[in-house]
Amino acid sequence: MLAMEYRGPKRVRAVQKPMPEIKHPEDAIVRVTRSCICGSDLHLYNGNVPDTRVGSTFGHEFVGEVVEIGSDVTNIKVGDNVIVPFNVACGRCYFCKQGMFGNCHQSNSMATAVGAIFGYSHTAGGFDGGQAEYARVPYANVGPTVIPPGMDLDDAVLLTDVVPTGYQAAEMAGIQKGDTVLVFGAGPVGIMAARCAWLFGAGRVIVLDKEDYRLEFVRNYAPCEAYNFEEIGDPVLFIKKITDWLGADCVIDAVGAEAAGNALQTITGRKTLLQAGSATALHWAINAVKKGGVVSIVGVYGPTDNLVPIGNAMNKGLTIRGNQTSVKRLLPRLIDHVQSGRLNPKAIITHRLPMEEVADGYRLFSAKLDNCIKPILLPPTVTR
Amino acid sequence: MQTKKIDYTQINGWGVDADPENDPTYPMQHREDAPPRDIFYDRPTQQPVDVEVLHSNERPDVTAVFGTTLPPSGLSGAIRRFAFKYSENEYKHWLPLIFADRVDVVEGVLKDLAHGHVPNIFAEKGYPMEWKYNRTAFVTKMATIAAITVGTVLLLNSGKDKKKAKYARGYRGK
Repeated sequence: MLAMEYRGPKRVRAVQKPMPEIKHPEDAIVRVTRSCICGSDLHLYNGNVPDTRVGSTFGHEFVGEVVEIGSDVTNIKVGDNVIVPFNVACGRCYFCKQGMFGNCHQSNSMATAVGAIFGYSHTAGGFDGGQAEYARVPYANVGPTVIPPGMDLDDAVLLTDVVPTGYQAAEMAGIQKGDTVLVFGAGPVGIMAARCAWLFGAGRVIVLDKEDYRLEFVRNYAPCEAYNFEEIGDPVLFIKKITDWLGADCVIDAVGAEAAGNALQTITGRKTLLQAGSATALHWAINAVKKGGVVSIVGVYGPTDNLVPIGNAMNKGLTIRGNQTSVKRLLPRLIDHVQSGRLNPKAIITHRLPMEEVADGYRLFSAKLDNCIKPILLPPTVTR
Repeated sequence: MQTKKIDYTQINGWGVDADPENDPTYPMQHREDAPPRDIFYDRPTQQPVDVEVLHSNERPDVTAVFGTTLPPSGLSGAIRRFAFKYSENEYKHWLPLIFADRVDVVEGVLKDLAHGHVPNIFAEKGYPMEWKYNRTAFVTKMATIAAITVGTVLLLNSGKDKKKAKYARGYRGK
């Protein structure tokens, strides 16, 4: 089958690989019909995630048709079209029982600090991902969710990560009616977090980024106030000025390790890897939030250390929350939002590429070329 | 800079998920709905361990399911085995893993060559997209890299020439 293959930092290609096999009675094999390149894939692409082995297939955002099931799979059947949440979750461990499907304790041998994620390094379990024609899906009774009749596959594929992560970012921010919500990052997740903040009753939503085309998009899509942080001077000071000198009630970091905006963070976090990524957005978030406010982190950082003003977090009485998204927990609500028209995920898709051009897709997305916001990959078995 | 607030009353779905009980100090579920926090559960069936699986020493065993596609191998594999002797709390775990990733890249190129495949770095890096959408910056960047490379090589070679000349003078008894 055709699959994306990682060869080293900023080097990927499409190759023929062996078909995945059932390895466990609760496995399923899914024929991929859509997969996405995610902003967090860029951390792998740039070589910033430890234990990213050459030969890996990335891709944690995919939907597809079930073509084979293990002997213990009862909740889905061959022929079903399913949304595959990006987390691999057993559904019965201490954490899954609490709805923390992103923190499953029976799916990732290699690390305890993160649950398993499809196609996201051996640090996240060593599972091949869905940027391929077929994928092995463990615990198929738990994660895969049948796509409702009539739902567009482009909407469905964004329910595997982007929409739930944006939604959970807003949820973790503990937004109360009338709150001012500040979102760092106008990538796909930041855009969705800004849109979802309104669902929780935000009174004001502000987004900061440095790409004008993305700011223009989020300004219309969310809708919200959107500013280029390269044009406003000190972004924290700017936020204080426009929030009656108090700061935002809730701040969402939807950027993570690839953040721009601070030379020291860039050099130590992205160029030399002395930190687990550039923590510029998180640094700003802690300083821009109101005293007693909430910082919600969905931007991805590595497993070691980051330079952030933790003393300010203590002195300001902040609540800091973060997690990988529990996609399975959120899917029923989010499917309802999409079907009712409150959320329109597919509007963020800007590029559709055949899987053979996966290297071009990564470059396009990582370098933000051709006003790219969200690229999806189409396997050769899918009508294009 | 002018700021303009949005009239949120016109936004489809505004406030439909507002929940005064969403207390940010409590994660992701309502207390009254929370199941008992029982740490005991029926472990899923164990996937047969038929490849080498490194597992964090912060857990006693391999998880019930695991990825099988790339067991550790070669020098990078040996470094990864060393790394997994240490907990996730230790730099001795993470830094060797990053180093192993870089070794793995070299091993990957060698394996390609051993199989008679010369990697198309230009294509693998997606440079056709840079050429198509970002040509001026791309050409400038490549020219800069080429100039620095050529300059470095010339500098190193001139150093060698000086050493040779000095050695020759010494040999003549100067």
